[in-house]
Amino acid sequence: MRFDLPNGGHVQALKNVTLDIKSGELMSVLGPSGCGKTTLLNIVAGFLAPTEGQIELNGHLVTGPSPERGMVFQQGALFEWMNVRDNVSFGPDMKGVSRAESKEKVEHLLEVVGLQDFKEKAIYELSGGMQQRVALARCLANDPDVILMDEPLGALDALTREKMQSLVLDLWKDTGKTIILITHSVEEALLLGERLLVMAPRPGRVHKEYRLPFADLGVGNDLREVKKHKDYAGTREEILEMIWNMEEEIMGRTEESA
Amino acid sequence: MTGLLVLGLYVGAFFGSFFVAKRVFKSAFEKKGFNKLKTVTFGDESAITANRVASVVSVITVFWLWVAFTNSSIPLPKMPGPFLGDVEFTYTAQLEDGTTDDATVSVRVYREDIQQTVDADGNPGREPAPAEVEPGDGFAKNDTLTVARYAFKVVNVWQNDEVSKKEGSKVIAINGQPIEPGSEIKIPEGTISMTDKGTPTFAPATGLRMARLYLPAPEVVLQRFFWLNKEGYQGYTLFEHTRFSLQRVLLGFFFGALIGIPIGYAMGLTGWARGWFDPIVEFMRPIPPLALIPLIIIWFGIGELGKVVLLFLAALWIMIIAARSGVSGVAISKVHAAYSLGASKWQILSKVIVPNSLPDIFTGARVAMGVCWGTVVAAELVAANVGLGKMIVTASKFQLTDIIIVGIIVIGVIGFAIEVGMRKLESWLIPWKGKV
Repeated sequence: MRFDLPNGGHVQALKNVTLDIKSGELMSVLGPSGCGKTTLLNIVAGFLAPTEGQIELNGHLVTGPSPERGMVFQQGALFEWMNVRDNVSFGPDMKGVSRAESKEKVEHLLEVVGLQDFKEKAIYELSGGMQQRVALARCLANDPDVILMDEPLGALDALTREKMQSLVLDLWKDTGKTIILITHSVEEALLLGERLLVMAPRPGRVHKEYRLPFADLGVGNDLREVKKHKDYAGTREEILEMIWNMEEEIMGRTEESA
Repeated sequence: MTGLLVLGLYVGAFFGSFFVAKRVFKSAFEKKGFNKLKTVTFGDESAITANRVASVVSVITVFWLWVAFTNSSIPLPKMPGPFLGDVEFTYTAQLEDGTTDDATVSVRVYREDIQQTVDADGNPGREPAPAEVEPGDGFAKNDTLTVARYAFKVVNVWQNDEVSKKEGSKVIAINGQPIEPGSEIKIPEGTISMTDKGTPTFAPATGLRMARLYLPAPEVVLQRFFWLNKEGYQGYTLFEHTRFSLQRVLLGFFFGALIGIPIGYAMGLTGWARGWFDPIVEFMRPIPPLALIPLIIIWFGIGELGKVVLLFLAALWIMIIAARSGVSGVAISKVHAAYSLGASKWQILSKVIVPNSLPDIFTGARVAMGVCWGTVVAAELVAANVGLGKMIVTASKFQLTDIIIVGIIVIGVIGFAIEVGMRKLESWLIPWKGKV
């Protein structure tokens, strides 16, 4: 993936990123800022066309956004002019599914995310955590094959965030969806990544890949218990070290060029 | 000087009523709700709410100042008024041989707006007859004079004297005080001065109140308001004048929004439309609508069409820019979310972009309505056959200050009502505004 700049130069945002994600996998992507995580997600979502290479899903090429790949954004992607129920049933509505048909599913999803009592509420009346639960339900209502999450919990406070992490894990297990999750938080990546991808910047590339047991352990369990797992602290330190080194490298480079 | 006095009274009322109200209306000065628990509120703008006692006292103060500085019949404390009634002064005439004689001038001062008053039978008031006085003895005879308040009159004291001015009779003193040409003598009821050629003049005392021509009393304006509704002015009642003005504003705004909003959307959504309209919008936007009036009159005449076209142009650019900034204000994540939920382009426009741009469009609509209301009055001032602006400008040519004030009050009240109405509509239609 190469971006041409107005001054004639270009930035190699991503290079040689080859991934094979199996159906039902939960993969988290971690990396220092500017390593192309969001670019990668935008390409998978179909909002950006890659300069080289291709994305294939269910045997066909990805050329643009489609309901088979749902997205959950950090914040502010809900439609404030609709109430909770209308937001969740937005996908079915766009397809022309009648409200009567989609009703059951919407009600069920609202119950799953614990918002059954807030159906008629306006979005601005909900807390940040509740809003993200609406965003999750809205995405699931469309029954996508892949769910792409761009720092979905990034704007939440630490306590709400932990609860939401459990919810994401439970939804993943219940629905069996393939999930790609981008995050800045090493803990979140460890807990929510069955596969964990650490990316390196300039050009954005896969630095290291882990396969972790924590996501499976976390399903239905207390995440704090998972954090006590013997490998958890070690892996965390290892990844933090890795990212710190990358950040320092970037800083050093900017200082040299400056 | 009177201006400074008004300012002083107003400032005094501001501080004075604060200290009085603080004692009398204690509850209005208490912090309410959550603010009750705040220990410091100075600098905390969110803790400031408008003190309604202050609002009421403020309006009352303006009304009182209005009463105090006019010849109002409303029983409120007033400034010293102009002299009204009869007064007499003595002049001393001297002949060339040194003989002197005293005579009186009986002055009758009447209301300057006597012709605009109505007596019990419904007849307009008339200037009063002069007082009846004996001519008296000596060569100088007693004189009479009628003069309106706020006016002054030359007193030709020699008209009935045995010796005329030409024959050498001179006025040398008033009320026993010597007077020379060019000087003046003040009595409580007025000023007697002498012209350079030695003729006395009398100006009744004016006090600090303003004549009806400059500022009519509140009750006069109120009467005029009812009269305007019943009798009308220039062939239309006040209601009709108002209706015509409002109708022009609403029509102009309606077409401005009808054309402007789609153009604004197009500019926000396609490069061709942005390139096409950008030069026109950027060129036309800074031109005040008033500058277009002459051209509009040449093209469309002074009738309804010209007004509506002018207001259309006033609203158009504002609405284009509002709709365009509404589109640019849509968070890209919302658009992406809608695409990945399977929305088509048409659905993106109707379900995401249009609702998301409503707050900006409403802000634009409020501005446009305000500008249109200001523009219509100005356009009517220039040329129209009916409308509030036309009413005002015609009244000013006949010095009917009360009609001008009625017009100004109606314009202000309607402008305020438009703003309040738009705000209510806004909070009803877009409750999420400012909360996201």
